[in-house]
Amino acid sequence: MIWQFDTLLLVLLIVAAVISLRIKDLLAASVVFGIYSFLMCLLWAVMAAVDVAFTEAAVGAGVSTLFMIATVYQTTRRSSD
Amino acid sequence: MPTPFQILLHNFNYVCYVVLLMIGLHAMITKRNLIKKLIGMSVFSTAIILFYVSIGVNNGGDMLAGHDGRPVGNIPVLEHGIGHDAITHPETIDPRRYANPLPHVLMLTAIVVGVATLGVALAITQRVFQDYGTLEEDEILAQLNNPQENDD
Amino acid sequence: MRAFGLIIVLLTGGLLLWGVRDFPLFGAADSPANGGVVTAYYLQHTMQDARVPNAVTTVLADYRSYDTMFETAVIFTAGIAIFAILRVFDDRGGRRLRKSQDAPVKGDQYRIIVGTTSRLLIAPIQLFALYVLVHGHHSPGGGFQGGVIIGASFLLLAVARNLQTSLDRFPERRFLAMGAGGVLIYAGTGLLCMLLGRNFLDYGALQAVLPATGPEMARSHGIFAVEIGVAVTVSASMFAVYAMLASRGRLKDGL
Repeated sequence: MIWQFDTLLLVLLIVAAVISLRIKDLLAASVVFGIYSFLMCLLWAVMAAVDVAFTEAAVGAGVSTLFMIATVYQTTRRSSD
Repeated sequence: MPTPFQILLHNFNYVCYVVLLMIGLHAMITKRNLIKKLIGMSVFSTAIILFYVSIGVNNGGDMLAGHDGRPVGNIPVLEHGIGHDAITHPETIDPRRYANPLPHVLMLTAIVVGVATLGVALAITQRVFQDYGTLEEDEILAQLNNPQENDD
Repeated sequence: MRAFGLIIVLLTGGLLLWGVRDFPLFGAADSPANGGVVTAYYLQHTMQDARVPNAVTTVLADYRSYDTMFETAVIFTAGIAIFAILRVFDDRGGRRLRKSQDAPVKGDQYRIIVGTTSRLLIAPIQLFALYVLVHGHHSPGGGFQGGVIIGASFLLLAVARNLQTSLDRFPERRFLAMGAGGVLIYAGTGLLCMLLGRNFLDYGALQAVLPATGPEMARSHGIFAVEIGVAVTVSASMFAVYAMLASRGRLKDGL
């Protein structure tokens, strides 16, 4: 485990979570949440949990982002907060 | 006896998970948009999953491990030669060389189930939008309190 | 509400940070989680019991296969729940659909690039998914990952072309049947072990019906059988969830 890489990823993870929750456009929030999932996938690869990282790359970053985009497409992009 | 600063330095990961969990919880409580609430819920659950996976990390308790060439914390897939010996002599494998596979298994299924339940939550959100025409919690509550405005 | 939420959050976070002080050091080899007897058993006996070098696969599909079986059932249930929540069988009362399959839309001329690229990509993606599924014994991968990648290839087709193209290849009756069929494959493997005289999901019994040299290789094949069940359910459920969400339950003319 490389602690410099680990620390950088954790800081980026918190930044991505905050951006995804503060941004007013729901489509952009969904895409930033995809970035959050990819960062998490890297963090798990660093922690030697390769199976979990693989699952997160396929499920969290790929499929769940698409689910959210489909919902935003069928509802609205507007968000008050 | 390690000083508080050393504890913080070594458990920096845990502190970050607590921060992520707080971000997710705060979003679930205070955000009014339903999709924002769901993103907060996902951040909350991933913070817990991160914590769970990281208790299986094995680097000898040293954040700077691996610099002296000690093989610690490998991925839990046995190498070819070592694995072959283990068929007859399982005690030749040192479990301290590998990361703990048990949290990986539990969280691997939790991620897939989490996405499936996120899909159910998004489906309910779509139904709410079909009925009320908005995703904002306060506007939905206003329509619920004045049901005559909803008869269109 | 905002102040109240902030107080709750700070209280929770403060308590958790207080608890962090008592944790063992990050990544300690002798922490209670890592120093347990069970972990050592899993890592040492995965080759002897099932001839599978990837300890995660063995724990997932053999040592803790009840857990995985019911997780698969949960995923199938989620697909059925979305069917119950969203599915509608007629178009009356819905708002006008924005995109029809035949009507040209803005930017349609660019779709040929996206469409052709995705058509070239889908076959390698599905081949890779099958590789991930069958090679889960020796490398990261297995039923969950392979199933999600198969589902994602149909999702790519739906996004790049349209939902109808994807539904022509993976129609509603088929993905509902596959979702149930995967759980059936998993539970059926367990039941077969029971009929052969061992416990439920004790794959060692399968050596009577499979070309295995012993109970260890039979366990390896049994793990493979249940991984196929997991992959079938997961791929069908992922596509079902996307198809319902993208078309508001009408299964035509979605995103």
